[in-house]
This record gives sequence, C-alpha cells and structure tokens, in this order.
Amino acid sequence: MLLRVVDLHKRYGREEVLKGVSFFLEKGETKVIIGPSGTGKSTLLRCINRLTEPDRGRIWLEDVEITSPKVNINRIRAQIGFVFQDFNLFTHLTALDNVRLGLMRVKGMGKKEATARALQELARVGLADKAKAYPAELSGGQQQRVSIARALAMDPKLILFDEPTSALDPELIGEVLAVMEDLAKSGMTMLVVTHEMGFARSVADEIIFMEKGVILEQGPPEQIFYSPKHPRTAEFLRRITDLYGGNR
Amino acid sequence: MNLALLGGLLGLGFVLGVLIAILEVYGPKILRLCASVYTWVFRSIPEILLLLLVWFGPSQFGVQISPFFAAVLALGLRSSAYQAEIFRGALQSIPSGQTLAARALGLSRLGTIRHILLPQALRLSLAGWGNEFAVVLKDTTLAYAIGVVEVMRQARYIASRNFPLTLPAYILVALLFLAATYFGLFVIGKLEERLRIPGLEARR
Repeated sequence: MLLRVVDLHKRYGREEVLKGVSFFLEKGETKVIIGPSGTGKSTLLRCINRLTEPDRGRIWLEDVEITSPKVNINRIRAQIGFVFQDFNLFTHLTALDNVRLGLMRVKGMGKKEATARALQELARVGLADKAKAYPAELSGGQQQRVSIARALAMDPKLILFDEPTSALDPELIGEVLAVMEDLAKSGMTMLVVTHEMGFARSVADEIIFMEKGVILEQGPPEQIFYSPKHPRTAEFLRRITDLYGGNR
Repeated sequence: MNLALLGGLLGLGFVLGVLIAILEVYGPKILRLCASVYTWVFRSIPEILLLLLVWFGPSQFGVQISPFFAAVLALGLRSSAYQAEIFRGALQSIPSGQTLAARALGLSRLGTIRHILLPQALRLSLAGWGNEFAVVLKDTTLAYAIGVVEVMRQARYIASRNFPLTLPAYILVALLFLAATYFGLFVIGKLEERLRIPGLEARR
C-alpha cells in the first residue's frame, strides 16, 4: 500500500471539516475524489502532506508515518507532488527555474543535471519551447502544465491534484486533462479532486464520493456513475450533469 | 563624506531592515513584538535627537566613538526602521500560494523566505526604497550637528570666512544634492527596469 489514511479529523473553529476519513491508495493507482464544494476535499489533500495539520488520525506513506511528530516533513513533502487549483507558480522565476528549483534547493542536485531534468519534464508536458517564459507570459493551461512538470521533476511517489482545472477557461481544460491522463497511464500514483466527471469516469481506477466531511461511497467508476449505492451520490451526479451537460 | 555616510547608513539600514521585516512577518510572537517596538521607537524619535543620543550616550560610559560612526549608527538605525516597514509591506503583499507551493516542494521555512519570498519582496520594495534613499540622502547633512565634516559644514566654513560667498556656497550644496538625488533615482529606476518580470506588471 502506497498511501494509507486512517480516521482523519480536522476542525476549523466550530466547524468540523473532516469527520473521520479513511482510505488507501495502491502504487500506480488513480483515485478521484468528487463531491459538493465545502465538503473537505481540499482539506483532505492538504492534510496528506501536512500543509494543513490534521487534528486526529494517522497517515502512512509506504511504511513511514507522515503524521508522526518525529518525521522530517520536508523530506516527506519532497516525495509527494502537489498541484494547486491556481497553479501557484513562482512568479519571479521562468518556467525552467520553477521546475528546477526543487531539484537544486531541496534535492541538492547540480545545476547542469537539474536543468537537463527540468527540460525533460517540460517536454513531457509539451512546453519545451516555453522554458524561458515567465508565468505571467503563459496561459492558464500552460501554467498548470508547468506546475505539473514542477511536481514531476521531484520524482514523487504520489501526486495530489487539488481541482487542477477549476481555475481554467473551458477551452484550456483539455490540455491539462490530457497531460494528467498520460501520467495516469504511465503508472503514476494520483489522488485527484475534480469536478471533471468525464475525466473521473475514464481515468479513475476508483472514485470516492465525499460529502460533509465523510466518505459516503467509493467504488469503480461504473458503480458510482451507473449504479450508485448511496442516494446522495446519485443526487450529486444528477446535479453535476444538469450543470455541466451529460458528456462530461 | 556625505556619500560615505549615505552608503554606511543605507547599508546598515538595509541589513537590519530586511531582518526586522522577516521577524515582523514570520517570526515567533515574542520576536514579532520586539520588531514592532523597534520600528515604533526608531520612527518616533526626531533624527537630530537620535544623533545626539548616540553621540553623547556612549561617552557618558567612557566609550568614545567617532562622530562619523555615531552618525552612521544613528541614521542607520532610523533608516532600518523605515526600510523594515517597506520590506514588511512587500512581504505581506506576496500571495500565500507562493509559500504553500514552496513548502509543498519540501523547502524549509527559511529556504522559502530566501528563495521565494525575499527575491520577490526586494523587487517590490524598489520604488519605496528609492523614496527612502531620497530622504536619507538629505539626512546626511544632520551629521553636521555632531561635528562630522560633511558638505554643509564645509559650506559654513566658506561662508564664515568669506561672507559674500555664503549664498553661492549654499546654492552649490543644493545643486550637489539635486545631482546626487537625480543620479541615485536614475540608477534605481534602471534597476527596476532590469528586474521587471515580463508580462507581470505595467511598464513605467
């Protein structure tokens, strides 16, 4: 088991955002988390690399307990890629520098080696020609692809995607999803929060439906989309398809 | 002499200012409080008084410091408080997503400040820093009060020995300051232009 989350709790003030979430991820697996806004999906992702500290519960990455107070969290984070909704590229650095920063400053790689690796990852997301461009010169879709390259360069065991296409114009969503689909096929382990139901249906090995801080249902896409066991899952999917149209 | 003073006080002010700004924004609570008290104190005391305090203070305890050093120290401490506020504003204007992304990569808190936040903050500070430069350049004439032989004092020498030259001497000093300010702001403007990030902000 690559990632194991057990009974995770998180509270912001009086509101309990996560009320005991447990699941696991096998190596090479892609799981997609769906559910209404404000149900703790993003909080869950951020608890996994402890950008947000969980209140209770335990998380393991392979045999290392991430939630242990003794763990070197920076070393753990270097092994877990994180792709943000609004990209969060470093605005003062070129695409190339964004991708090689972690290699040089976290992994201590030499400049030459880091540059070669970064260029390789940029090429992988189709942006080899944009290495010298600054984030502000790139479209949203290109920025998100650079941020995926930034995560990939670190050779992560797992990549967390927090609504990676929600900040994008509709015509730019496809290029990002295509990169993610390729990644999933290449055997990368991925945990994706998204409202892109087409992506969930065709790429996910398993879908997790979350509402109000708990997992209501999880299973293969066929089950979730065609014969959901929980009435709330069915209702949510109906609303989503009404909103976005049936082919997504 | 004024330029040496300026260099000394700006340098001291810069180093202290950056440190204090970092403490004010990212430091633990107690240090944050200390930093706030520091900027409050050094922005409150009139410069001329600060100069006299730093100059006369140590001599009361038998420590003799040169007027030049006293002037650099007093004006530098004052400038560091103002510079700290410039850098603090810049640091706080950087979106929190930058920090999140850096930490998510595995950078430490210090690494994040050094490689992500500080480079952006210093660039954003340039315009405000140019203003501070223009202010403290003129403040160097205050060192005259504690006997530093700077340009104002020399103008006074000339005036006292040769009365008809009083006005020309002062006008000459004024012109020197005009030129120095122009040159300094020109260099800072060039720096801003060079550090401009393509696509990110409006051109001047």
